[in-house]
Amino acid sequence: MKLITTIIKPFKLDDVREALSEIGVAGMTVTEVKGFGRQKGHTELYRGAEYVVDFLPKVKIEVAIGDDLLDQCLDAIRTSANTGKVGDGKVFVTSLEEVVRIRTGETGPDAV
Amino acid sequence: MEDLIQTNYALDTFYFLVMGVLVMFMACGFSMLESGMVRAKNTAEILTKNVSLYSIACIMYLLVGYYIMYENVDTGSILPSFGTLIGAENTVESTLASGGDTYYSKRSDYFFQVVFVATAMSIVSGAVAERMKLWAFMIFAVVMTGLIYPVQGMWTWGGGWLSEAGYSDFAGSGIVHMCGAAAALAGVILLGPRAGKYGPDGRINAIPGCNMPLATLGMFVLWFGWFGFNGGSELKLSNIDEANAVAQVFVNTNIAACGGLVAALILAHIWFGKADLTMALNGALAGLVAITADPLSGTAFWSMIIGAVGGLIVVPSIVLLDKLQIDDPVGAISVHGVAGIWGILAVVFNNPDATIVGQLTGIVGIFAWVFLASLAVWAILKFTMGIRLSEEDEEVGADISETGIEAYPEFAQS
Repeated sequence: MKLITTIIKPFKLDDVREALSEIGVAGMTVTEVKGFGRQKGHTELYRGAEYVVDFLPKVKIEVAIGDDLLDQCLDAIRTSANTGKVGDGKVFVTSLEEVVRIRTGETGPDAV
Repeated sequence: MEDLIQTNYALDTFYFLVMGVLVMFMACGFSMLESGMVRAKNTAEILTKNVSLYSIACIMYLLVGYYIMYENVDTGSILPSFGTLIGAENTVESTLASGGDTYYSKRSDYFFQVVFVATAMSIVSGAVAERMKLWAFMIFAVVMTGLIYPVQGMWTWGGGWLSEAGYSDFAGSGIVHMCGAAAALAGVILLGPRAGKYGPDGRINAIPGCNMPLATLGMFVLWFGWFGFNGGSELKLSNIDEANAVAQVFVNTNIAACGGLVAALILAHIWFGKADLTMALNGALAGLVAITADPLSGTAFWSMIIGAVGGLIVVPSIVLLDKLQIDDPVGAISVHGVAGIWGILAVVFNNPDATIVGQLTGIVGIFAWVFLASLAVWAILKFTMGIRLSEEDEEVGADISETGIEAYPEFAQS
């Protein structure tokens, strides 16, 4: 089992959600976050004075999947969140030791 | 004839009171504008200041201010005579005997005038926002509304030396707006800038306001109230000439704000690369302040130009004050002071009775008195109780340190 954590541009959330649903991902957790990567922050002017926006608004999506879905899942995120411009985000993959469905007590791949 | 005098008196008094109510609502406009332009951590405190200053202004003007400004004034005088409360109301007999020369209630005059005092004081609260001690501000408000404002108001509107010198100021570009700005400037100089506003190398840091919808609402409420501010200053409505004059004032006031907003917005976009909303808001207000000295004599087209120039002046003025490290979070000194001076001077274009000498005398006279008197009061406060929040209180925010109430307790600070 894998935990996919992906940071994307906020306006791409709907596209990514649809793409993941299509390949059979059954659930996800979404958080509004702020941060920067190679894109860095940028400066804005307020009443003629500069200020630096260090952290840009992003959306973090967390998805737990079985190993069999990994490649499809990475493909789906990569194509649906891609704009070709700096700041599109990243995908992190980590191994999941255990998953428990609270209602039934199922564990492992059945619980994903 | 007597019936007509009675009806006209009732109509003019009614008009005067309704115009006064519009101006009263400007207290709301200032509250919202200032709430939007400060940071969230200082919002409840600036609201406390705004509701208090309005109440203090009404109390002080009732107790002594109105008397100083209008009662017992010797023509051409500089020094005020002191007394308390409003004089006797007009009787039916005296009003009828005046043949129509007395055309509104004395109480309506107090009411209309007092909301102007509150306006002048509101200007101060925006400029000193986010770092001043609440109670130092309140004490200043007592002196400002009870003495400083009424004395210079008496000079022109009460029949004192400035009216004799030919100074012309229809609704108070100088008497209300520049007056408020002069008091604010004195306060800001003694108070210093907000922590973190200017870097050690002279770098200017932006401190963005927390709520643009509130700031915009405030600007529109002020614009709305300004119809009373200028429209009511005609003082009379009840014949064809006067009704036409009031309508002209409404049209000119409105179009000046439009000119100011559009001019400031375009200038800000060309200069800064983006359409800065806060500059557009300041531009509309600068247009309104500029037309206030004479919203009657000029055509609507002229008024639009006067307003637009106000908008063009206010943007560089805000940037310049920032470079001089005079920290004014809402731009009050530029909007009310600099655009006010422009408005006072612009009277000579359209009003043949106004002279440049008379107008300059008014600017210098009012500014000198209000600035120096305010500076003295602020200095006394500074060296007795202190006017500035401690570093820690400023960092925590005046909401917590001064009022113990957060304006937005359920929002996480970003």
